[in-house]
Amino acid sequence: MNGVPFELLGFGPVGWGQPLLWATGMTLAAAVCGFALGAGFGVCGAACKLSRHGALRFAGQVYTTVFRGIPEILVVYLFYFGGSIALTQVMNLGGLPGFYSLPSFVIGVLAIGIVSGAYQTEAFRAGFLRLDPGQIEAAAACGMPPVLRLRRIVAPQTLRFALPALGNIWQSVLKETSLLSVIGLTELLRQAGIAAGSTRQPLLFYGTAALMFLVIGKVTGLGLARMERRLARPWSR
Amino acid sequence: MDWHFLLQTTRQLLSGVPLALQLSALSLTAGLVLAVLAHAAKVSGVAPLRWIAAAYIDLFRGTPLLVQIFFIYYGLGQIPAFRESALWPLLREPYWCAVLALALNTSAYSAEIIRGALAAVPPGEVEAARACGMSGFLLRRRIVWPIALRHGLPVYGSEAILMVKATALTSIITLTEITGIAHKLIASTYRVIEIFVAAGAIYLAMTFLLTLAIGLAERRLTAHLTHRRN
Repeated sequence: MNGVPFELLGFGPVGWGQPLLWATGMTLAAAVCGFALGAGFGVCGAACKLSRHGALRFAGQVYTTVFRGIPEILVVYLFYFGGSIALTQVMNLGGLPGFYSLPSFVIGVLAIGIVSGAYQTEAFRAGFLRLDPGQIEAAAACGMPPVLRLRRIVAPQTLRFALPALGNIWQSVLKETSLLSVIGLTELLRQAGIAAGSTRQPLLFYGTAALMFLVIGKVTGLGLARMERRLARPWSR
Repeated sequence: MDWHFLLQTTRQLLSGVPLALQLSALSLTAGLVLAVLAHAAKVSGVAPLRWIAAAYIDLFRGTPLLVQIFFIYYGLGQIPAFRESALWPLLREPYWCAVLALALNTSAYSAEIIRGALAAVPPGEVEAARACGMSGFLLRRRIVWPIALRHGLPVYGSEAILMVKATALTSIITLTEITGIAHKLIASTYRVIEIFVAAGAIYLAMTFLLTLAIGLAERRLTAHLTHRRN
């Protein structure tokens, strides 16, 4: 035993408090960026799946089937190994020899973005389908051009309908960031692993990491619930 | 794309399928038993039991599976009393650690599925059964459980699919199932696309077959409702 738990988790000379706090920030950053990127993919995916063109619908279907049916860790590996190979080839073609690799944060955000985008596609699509088509017709009858219609009528309501599902997706994105520890991103789980290895206190540090994930999930969950109520306000009587 | 290599890779990856299926089946079975217990505790009359069950479900649903796997794989051995217990020879093996972590994880989600399925039983059906004089076990066996099963099965089906996907994480604690083999192959050959395509196709095939099986079971269970569908 070297040090009591409080000292090990504290900010003193033997404490792992600061690295763990940094790692928590990294976890949050990866989750937020991955989720935001996923929202972009999700909107595009939903637009594809709801499109009039068969080819686009097919592409959207393939996207959601593949990335929801394959383990996330495999996608992370694809981007980790594939990304560096592609980048190296591009750089070598450009006349710059050597081996290149993307930062693990970028790879992680890309992988999480693609996977969560597939789930968000379904959330946005379901949200849009709940929208009363009469409202779009009414807006068109009022003379709103498509972009204005999207901004004033479609987007706010789709977001409102999709929000509960998006909240669930956010929770799984948050937990998925732990997978990025395997490609060397120093997020919570990896930092906990490093601390556990050097102090031989795996119970303490993995327990702390678990607790941090739980707390972040709870706090953001409360925030999302508030947002849900707020967005529902114009419709409540 | 090199078809010969793709074929060879697929053959190698397929050798990991039995382990992945075994892990899924074991953990889903154990998880379901635990889920029934957890749910029973959560609705029991004893308050501390309810709290423990609620905390258990919250904890396993709110933390990443990988953290749970590491906690069990690296953490449990730290407890001296545990190392001397009869469970140690089992839980020293990554295989049983993986089964335990997966089972505990899925049990928390399944407990919630059971709760949702039971809550979806229409009160009118229960009242009608009571009016016919049924109560206790007979009421549950004849009315509540069959209806709840029909509600819960599709949701449980997606949980089973998530479990099959989750077995990929056990490769991180050295189990050589599909993803473990894929990782080794990628690291040694660096032919990412072919290996990803092959491994992805295997996972998609497994989830597709599972979806099909659940759809079939669902159709059988709701055969008496088919006339409503059309």
